[in-house]
Amino acid sequence: MFTNIARVIKFAFQDFARNKGISIAAIFVLIVTIMVVTGLFFFQGITSYLTSEIQNKIDITAYFEEGTLEEDILNVKNEILKISPDIKNIEYISQDQAFQIFNERHKDNPVLAKALEQVGSNPFLPSLNIITNGDPLQYEQISDILQTSDFGKLIDKVDFNQKKDTIEKVYSITTNINKFGILAGAILILVAMLVVFNTIKLAVDSSKEELGTMRIVGASNWFIRGPFIIQGVIYGFFAFIFCILISGLFAYLLSPYLGVMMPGFNMFDYFLTNFWILVLIQLGFGIAVGIISSLIVVRKYLILRDRLMVGHSSLEAGILVRVQVPQHQSAQFRGRPRRVES
Amino acid sequence: MIKFDKVTKIYPTHSSNGSPTAVLQDISLEIKEGEFVSIIGKSGAGKTTLTRLVLGLEEPTYGEVYFRNKNIRIAKPSEIQNIRRSIGGIYQDYKLLPAKTVYENVAYVLEVKGSSHGEIKKEVQKVLELIGLREKGNNFPKELSGGEQQRLAIARALVIHPKIIIADEPTGNLDPYNTYEVISLLEKINKAGTTVILLTHNREIINKLQKRVVTLVGGKIIRDEAEGKFII
Repeated sequence: MFTNIARVIKFAFQDFARNKGISIAAIFVLIVTIMVVTGLFFFQGITSYLTSEIQNKIDITAYFEEGTLEEDILNVKNEILKISPDIKNIEYISQDQAFQIFNERHKDNPVLAKALEQVGSNPFLPSLNIITNGDPLQYEQISDILQTSDFGKLIDKVDFNQKKDTIEKVYSITTNINKFGILAGAILILVAMLVVFNTIKLAVDSSKEELGTMRIVGASNWFIRGPFIIQGVIYGFFAFIFCILISGLFAYLLSPYLGVMMPGFNMFDYFLTNFWILVLIQLGFGIAVGIISSLIVVRKYLILRDRLMVGHSSLEAGILVRVQVPQHQSAQFRGRPRRVES
Repeated sequence: MIKFDKVTKIYPTHSSNGSPTAVLQDISLEIKEGEFVSIIGKSGAGKTTLTRLVLGLEEPTYGEVYFRNKNIRIAKPSEIQNIRRSIGGIYQDYKLLPAKTVYENVAYVLEVKGSSHGEIKKEVQKVLELIGLREKGNNFPKELSGGEQQRLAIARALVIHPKIIIADEPTGNLDPYNTYEVISLLEKINKAGTTVILLTHNREIINKLQKRVVTLVGGKIIRDEAEGKFII
């Protein structure tokens, strides 16, 4: 058993080394395929960063009645968190903080500064700033809770209705980006897998005659298939090595440029943070595609050869009248069970 | 050793007009251990189909084929594989493994059988020496001449110490000198006790051999003589 496994592995490495052109082509195609998957992985990282950034800019604010105690507001905050655990962030902003934020934001606008001066006192209300996962329904629910619960009497207003359209648009855009990503990813992976399949088919095609010879000398299906499957593993492994290096290099080189467009997103950090997941995806995908393609192609040929070799007689029942067959045989053997070679 | 019992083989669309053709018709033939049997006939007479039936590569439409009393139709895949491993096949197109060296081609059949590394090394070297290809052990088949390739195919057939050798037009691609060499070798092997089935349409070989000759015409046995001549 172990001797046979060792031999199958030896054949795989021999064929891999001797069919250099085919091996290089198969690895190259696998690299392209894995890079497509890797590209999608990075794309997913970028889109989730972008959507999260956009979603973080969308919020609703509950303004409390003037004079509401900070303690009461913090109690409301805790109650809201209990009722809606999906809330990403909820922040208490006191009257003073609101005033400071306004001043900071409009420090270059003398008109607003003068207007504020004329008011004389702090016109801002204490508030709770709430951010969810971006789902408009969730915002609406929180808005309803804030206004209809027991603590509704403490609340002056919730600005959900003013922001509703914006929230819905942003949510629709981010959802569509995710859907598009999944669809495009699925199509790209499918196309890439077909390319790999066809490349490996070419590799096995070149050994088609050999498969027949191996059968004639009594090789078992495992002995025939094994080397091709292991070659699939070798293709996948080499492709993975190249891909992980290329991915790291690209992430490192692109990181400064992407950082300009997306401050706060460091592609190389993303690569390092998700390194083992990426290893798993690239190695797993490469080897799985390599093995599955080899299995399907070799199986197809073995079945095809079986049909070519032993399949003719399966059609004969209905055409016997056209051939001169001894009478004793047609009566004796019609309907006899057939051996099926796997 | 091999028995064909009223065997008929029909290909549904074998002939040029697309209608079913009976390649073999009601063949009954028995080949005993140690015999040297030549099966002769024109191209398409059904000679190759006979060997394919023995190897389990075809299934008879009617009748049964027995190899050492084992009915091939009902044999399990592993039994079929064992039958193939015990038959030394020599073919006109050599059926070598092009990506393997001369040594590896011969070793492959022993590896398939599960022989040990030491045994493989010893047997392969011995048979390559016998066949005169020892010096070319590291060459690939494409680097050999036609005669050398055929000798390699013979070496591969011999290395398993087969009880039977099926040689399907083994001299078809060879010049007269190499033809003589191959036939002499088959005679030697037969004298050592191995059954040889020679499929050919070479008149000179048959007339010179003076062994049992089975003549096939149109899928039927028309003659079966102990010391036959090439008469079609």
